[in-house]
Amino acid sequence: MAKLILSMDNLVLKEVSLDKERTTIGRKAHNDVQIDNLAISGEHAVIVTILNDSFLEDLNSTNGTFVNGQRAQKHFLQNNDVIELGKYRLKYVKEAAQPGSQADFEKTMVLRSDMMRKAVEQADGKPADMLAPAMAASVNLAPPLPHIAPAPTPEPCVPVTAPAPVAAAHVPPAPAAPEMVLGAIQVLTGSNAGRTLDLVKSLTTLGKPGIQVAVITRRPHSYFLTHVEGARFPQVNGVSIETQAHELKDHDIIELAGVKMEFFIKD
Amino acid sequence: MANFSAAIEMATCTDPGRVRSHNEDSVLVNLPCGLAVLADGMGGYNAGEVASSMATSVLGSAVESAFKVRAPHEVNASGITWAHEVLVEVIGRANTAIHHAAQANPKYAGMGTTLVMVQFFDNRLAVAHVGDSRLYRLRGETLTGMTRDHSLLQEQIDSGMITPEQARYSMNKNLVTRALGVETTVDTEVNEYEVLPGDIYLLCSDGLNDMVEDDEIALTMSVLSANMPLCATHLVQKANDNGGRDNVSVILAKIKGPFPAISSSKSGWGRLKSWFK
Repeated sequence: MAKLILSMDNLVLKEVSLDKERTTIGRKAHNDVQIDNLAISGEHAVIVTILNDSFLEDLNSTNGTFVNGQRAQKHFLQNNDVIELGKYRLKYVKEAAQPGSQADFEKTMVLRSDMMRKAVEQADGKPADMLAPAMAASVNLAPPLPHIAPAPTPEPCVPVTAPAPVAAAHVPPAPAAPEMVLGAIQVLTGSNAGRTLDLVKSLTTLGKPGIQVAVITRRPHSYFLTHVEGARFPQVNGVSIETQAHELKDHDIIELAGVKMEFFIKD
Repeated sequence: MANFSAAIEMATCTDPGRVRSHNEDSVLVNLPCGLAVLADGMGGYNAGEVASSMATSVLGSAVESAFKVRAPHEVNASGITWAHEVLVEVIGRANTAIHHAAQANPKYAGMGTTLVMVQFFDNRLAVAHVGDSRLYRLRGETLTGMTRDHSLLQEQIDSGMITPEQARYSMNKNLVTRALGVETTVDTEVNEYEVLPGDIYLLCSDGLNDMVEDDEIALTMSVLSANMPLCATHLVQKANDNGGRDNVSVILAKIKGPFPAISSSKSGWGRLKSWFK
């Protein structure tokens, strides 16, 4: 159950539990959180709570409602957000989930139609009949075929990538967790000898597509080398790794597609 | 049936994840039939396992027999394909079976399952889904979501209440608005899309997309496209490395070549069409 902590000048005035669908805030007496100050409008703001989420909405107040210093009309409340009305502060606190219930949060549950109707009513402030099918398309949703279209003439599949000794992936690197080590490889033989590559991405492929390819996977505590395709397996320190993922140690020598490279950990 | 085994390669991986003791997801592929089914079960005790495996077994067998009678690409008077009709009908049957079992046995009361299933036919696919299990497509370097979740969160996004970025922090994340087995009828959504050689399709339970960002999924599918089984295990491994807070399942289908419908010799129209090919 989430709650609000009302304070002014760092003096805590009271705590309010968000156990209702609508928690109103304002100067008039009927509000759930009554703040008797002329800078606060009669009906200043409301917090709508839908199951486990809470939303703050300003009710066209004279002096406005702010969250973490920014003026807000509608705001999806996060733990420790500070709502400011005049000189008053309302801190939104969501209790940390208990160990047992944390697992439950990830469980998929069915929202039955009566609960669903209630949730939509709260959101709109008016009763909903049936849930209308969603009209707006979200980003990246493919449009379906409107009617049966004749099958397109299949194009021959043309290979796109030219063989390259080192093929990097195409996505910006994911930010590393603080304890993740950074590894790198340095090419030892062949025309790219001397080149190094930092292994920042979660997957880096090595080798020649269609001939021999291996992948280095960046996992939380170490890097792993795995064979992807090709008749021959990569070798580490002279030994074939077969089909299993091989954990790479500092200074391991990898041999792949006739090229030797060294894996090392960067400080 | 068209020769799916030559045109399509499928791989699966399913895992209980790092937190749960049981795996309530269920996956089924029938490559000769061009069919893939994934279900994510829910319910008290381990009823979720019962619900999801009922879904995959009912659907796996029912679809195959339906297409022996008529080819999936044939259309009825209203322009709806037999594939579409069959999917709606068999999913209705699965819903009834699960619902009855839930009513009959107190241990199974309230159980249900999400569903995403794909039937390939005639260089197209029909995808049916109920709930928040998903279908994605990688075409070139672009990953596209092919299904819209039947969930409270998606309704909130669609109505403009929250943005997709904010949705990641919502506590209402796993509340679905539709599922198999919870009511006497089910509202199945079916869509059809064209399929091109080179496409890679991914069916997954929310245990994957809740733990792994879309760009990571795209990267994995793109980089490991030459080895579908490795790609499947890598996706699951990534979900577990990121926390593995739920069961995680994936089915991958890589399209290697075309799979046009074989015109039925019984159908006069089919014979006529094949004259012009």
